[in-house]
Parts: sequence; structure tokens; C-alpha cells
Amino acid sequence: MGARHPPYLMATAERILTDEMVAAIQALLPRYPTRQAVTLPALHIVNNQLRHVPLAAVVEIAELLELAPAQVQDTLSFYGFFKQDAPHGRTRAWICRSLSCALRGSESLIEHAQQKLGIASGETTPDGRVTLEEAECLGGCDFAPCMLAGGQLHKNLDTAQLDRIIDTWE
Amino acid sequence: MATFEPVLLANVGRDDSHTRAVYESTGGYEALRRTLAEMSPADLTELVKASNLRGRGGAGFPTGVKWTFLPKDHPGPIYMCVNADESEPGTFNNRILMEEDPHQVIEGAILSCYATRATTAYIYLRYEYPGSYARLQAAIDECYAAGYLGKNILGSDFSLDMYLHRGAAAYICGEETGLIESLEGKRAWPRIKPPFPAVEGLFHKPTVINNVETMACVTHIARRGADWFKSIGTPADPNNPRDAGSYGPKLYCLSGHVNKPGCYEAPLGITCRELIDNFGGGVWKNRRAKAAVPGGISMGLLTADELDTPLDFSGPGRVGCLGLGTAAVVVLDETVSIVDFLHNSCRFFAHESCGQCTPCREGTAWSLRMLERMRAGRGRLADLDLLLEIGDSIGIMPGTTICGLADGAAWPIKNAIRKFRDEFEDFIRRTNPHGYDVTEPVPALVQLGGH
Ligand SMILES: Cc1cc2nc3c(=O)[nH]c(=O)nc-3n(C[C@H](O)[C@H](O)[C@H](O)COP(=O)(O)O)c2cc1C
Ligand code: SF4
Repeated sequence: MGARHPPYLMATAERILTDEMVAAIQALLPRYPTRQAVTLPALHIVNNQLRHVPLAAVVEIAELLELAPAQVQDTLSFYGFFKQDAPHGRTRAWICRSLSCALRGSESLIEHAQQKLGIASGETTPDGRVTLEEAECLGGCDFAPCMLAGGQLHKNLDTAQLDRIIDTWE
Repeated sequence: MATFEPVLLANVGRDDSHTRAVYESTGGYEALRRTLAEMSPADLTELVKASNLRGRGGAGFPTGVKWTFLPKDHPGPIYMCVNADESEPGTFNNRILMEEDPHQVIEGAILSCYATRATTAYIYLRYEYPGSYARLQAAIDECYAAGYLGKNILGSDFSLDMYLHRGAAAYICGEETGLIESLEGKRAWPRIKPPFPAVEGLFHKPTVINNVETMACVTHIARRGADWFKSIGTPADPNNPRDAGSYGPKLYCLSGHVNKPGCYEAPLGITCRELIDNFGGGVWKNRRAKAAVPGGISMGLLTADELDTPLDFSGPGRVGCLGLGTAAVVVLDETVSIVDFLHNSCRFFAHESCGQCTPCREGTAWSLRMLERMRAGRGRLADLDLLLEIGDSIGIMPGTTICGLADGAAWPIKNAIRKFRDEFEDFIRRTNPHGYDVTEPVPALVQLGGH
């Protein structure tokens, strides 16, 4: 157990993973019989802090999990979830576009959000405030149309409510 | 049928229904206590088998039978995966159970691990359920504190660890072997079966995978017995030896164009119309239903004339749908364009195909492109047969793909076009008056044709 310390991990100035992230990742190792199983949890731990997982972080995660960086990168790239080139906005907003929400007006909500924020879906406002995403079914069909943002499901939205919610994001 | 008392939703709506204290005040964990003291794992498996419980995750496989596929006298470890990836469009009943009554799910999971001798359980939870994550984690913590999880549970020699594992927004992680690959830290590419997970699953060990609602049903079977469970629902057809019946209470999800969308509990076999009218307050805006999805979009479409179909494991199949699926009904009112419906469905599956099998990857992508072209006023009547060709040739059933995502992508295409062909043809003629009967490949297809 315990992380190996290859030379570049010791060079703390260049490390991307903080001690807290490394500790959080290591704390999960006993839960699984393989280190590789901690890949997705590790990506979430880094992403929660950095709002993206740059390639350098992938290399460090691979070191911790005793994997080739390509193995971690392979998993990361399978999920459209983790951005790599630049952090997502301080708020990442997912507006549902699947059937139940589409039947109750999510298309116009998405267009409204695009116009208000001046970005296309998948983009981040230049000030880094918001990333707008189109989601497949969020499992909030009883509250369609809905949006997941800031760890919260926003329910039964119309454009006026959407405006008010967007204005609260810092 | 006698008046039906909800059991799965009985606690939902009570103050603090998510806490152990409230759960125990209504008999929670008594079944676990009693089972550990009085029953062997084999007894419990027999009980679940006798109840004829069929999995609630979509395929309807008999739960007790699945458990008996585990190798006998295996040295272990045996793993349990609770499938909480719930991503089928229209489906949210697992979310309600996990947020409002997580202990009911966890008690069932502990019991199921006891029956199957699993010593580690992972709850694979979709990332988009932060509320469920918080409630489940709190409930697991309460269980460790109470001695329901951990070493020597309630003084028995049964020990179990339970962990939450979060996904990353990919529908395919709900397919059981995609889930396993994802949990192992790899891309969620489903595996070819056999070997089935019961023989070789997570970390190459025997593995049981069951849905969240299935777990909740196990709790009530342990509490009330197999006969109680079998007193509810649609009995097996005596003329069909292969029909396992549709027993027990079921959580139906209702959304789309109804007055009261929600999650409702009813005996298996309620008709789609009863669900819409008696629970959902009817179609909204005094309109009529044009169609309804019977169990998540993968299952296809019921027409307005087919709404008296019973929503049990056999009903939807009798009218050409794929099956009961997740029992999530989505109602389309008479103003909805079936072209728009199919576009929405094709977009979902093109986005969610894992890309491993060429027929699924290419079939879903090309069906989306055709629907986009059709909606843009450049559809051709010949497209309908092309779409049907895709629909008829992708999936486990025709034998061309590894997992059932492709069957789920195919069914809406086949049902929509075969049941609403006139509407498609009218739409194409109206929106593409000069090109609707062209049969040559469209330019875009020619340009993109070569790889
Ligand atoms: C594409 C696809 C997605 C699936 N998604 C889920 C899901 O989100 N939740 C679920 O319980 N089962 C899902 N299933 C079914 C599982 O493969 C598996 O049959 C089920 O989890 C078994 O549990 P049960 O026997 O309790 O129903 C999916 C299947 C396919 C083909
Ligand atoms: S059928 Fe589709 S989703 Fe399933 S394994 Fe093949 S490519 Fe992946």
C-alpha cells in the first residue's frame, strides 16, 4: 500500500494533485481489490477541485494507481463528462433534452439559456462563470422540464425562472 | 382486485422518511433481524424464488433463479452490484426510492447479499443523482453505526461491506456488464455473454447485479412472505409454460403530457390508460393521447388504440413493443409530431451507443442523420425503408450486437414508422415537395460515404 514516489511527484511545485486529493484517492484503495477500480473516483476527486482533469493530472493519477497513463486517459475519454483542455465554468448547468422534458418545452429553455449567456451548448462564458450543457434524461421527468446545476435539480422550469436562477450564479 | 395498499411508497411523504429512525418505526430492519436469526442463505434464496419476483431493471429476469446461477461452494469473494444507474428516458422510480426511503433499498441489498453470500456490495449510482448520493451515503453510515453493515452483522457470522460508486453520465453503464467494466475503472464496453456475471463478473468473480427497485421488493418479500407477493399482479398464463407471471407491486413512472406526472405504485398489470386516467389525472389541456411510451423509450410506442394494454411483463410485447422495460410511461398528446419523437429518440441512442459494435454505432448515427435531414425538409420516402432496415438489423435479437442498447434504439424506429407510416409520408411529401420521391443517394451520403 501507499503511493510510490517517482521523482516528479516529489517536485511538489509542479504537482497538480494536492496532498488532499492524493489522500482522498488513497483512502478509497481499500474498498476495491484492484487499484484500477479507483480510476473513476479519482477522476471525480480531481474534477471536483479543478473543474477539469488536465493530462498532467492523468499522469499523476496513473502513478498513484500503478497504471499506464494511457489506461486512465482511455477511461477518461470514454465519458464525455471530464473536460481536459480548460476548466468548466464555476457553475456547470445541464438542461435536459430527452423526451419527457422535450415534450414540456426544454428546447426553448436551452435556446433561451444560449441567448442569455451568449454561448452555444458545451461552451463556457468568457468570464468562466457558466458552462452550459445539454443533458440526456436527468431522471427528473416528474418535474419536466428540469435542469441540474450546482448539485441541485431545478424543477418545472420556465424561462423566467431560468433567468432568475442563472442570475444567482457567481 | 381488493383495494391495493402501497408498500414501496408507504413511507414516502412522511417527515424524515430517509432516516433509520423513521424507517425502523414502521418495521424497518426487522426482516433482516429475523432472517439472520432464523433462515439460511439457501432458505432466503428459495423464498425469493418462490415469490416469482422478476427484476425491475428492464429485462424482467426472475431474481431468485438468477441467484442460483452462482457457482456452489465458491471460495469467494462474491460481489453484489446494485444497479442505480437509472438513465432510461422517462424513468425516475429508483431516484424516489433512494432519496425518500434509502433504507428500504439497503435492507433489501443486505438481505440479497446474505442469500448470495456476497461479502462486498457496490451501489453503482449515476452521477446526475446528487440527492440520492447524499441520502444513500448517510443511510450507509447509519447502518455501519447500527451494526447492519460491517463485521458480524447483528451478531451473526455474516459480514458485509457496502460502498457507493458514482458513474460519469453514460447510459451504457446501466447495462450490467458495462457497469462492471466501468466499476473496474475501464471504458464501459459491455462484455460478450456468456460468461454471465453470476459465473464471471466483477473482478472476474461471481457477481450478482440487481436493480434498486428489485432490492426494495426483496425487503418486502422477506417481511411479508412469498404468498403475499404472489397475491398481487398478473398470474402466469396457464397455457404458456414459459410465462413466469408478473407478480408484486410496481412503481410506474408517468410523465409527458399528463396533468399529474409522478411515480405511482400499483399492482403489476394495470393498463396504460388506467395509469394515465386514474393516477395521472388524464391527458393535459383536455387533449387526447396520440401515443405513449410503455416503459422507457427503448420499448417503442403504444398507439392511442393500444392504451388498454396491461403494463405487465407480457402486455407491451403483445402489441409489438419490446417489453415492459422500466414501466416508465411517457404520454404524447395529439399535437406531437411523430417525426420529432423519433428524432429525439434517435439522438439519444446515437449519443449513448458505446461504439463497440459497428451495426449499433453506425446504425444509431445514420438514423439520427436521416431524421435530422427529414426534419430539415429534405426527407425522402425511401428513407423510411432505410430506417426500417437499420431497425430490423441492429440488436441482440437479430444477433448483430453485444448488448441490448441497439435493440432499444431499434424499437422506437420500428414502432414509430410501422405504426405511424402515414404521418411520416405526409410529412415528407409536405416538407419536401420536389424531392420526396428521389431514390438516388443524397449528396451528403455520397460525400461522406467512403471511410
Ligand atoms: C442499454 C442498457 C441499459 C440498462 N440500464 C439499466 C439501468 O440503468 N438500471 C438497471 O437496473 N438496469 C439497466 N439495464 C438492465 C441491466 O443490464 C440488468 O438487466 C439489470 O440491472 C438486472 O437487474 P434486475 O434483474 O434486478 O432487473 C440496462 C440494460 C441495457 C441493455
Ligand atoms: S450494442 Fe451498442 S451500446 Fe451495446 S456494446 Fe454494442 S455498440 Fe455498445
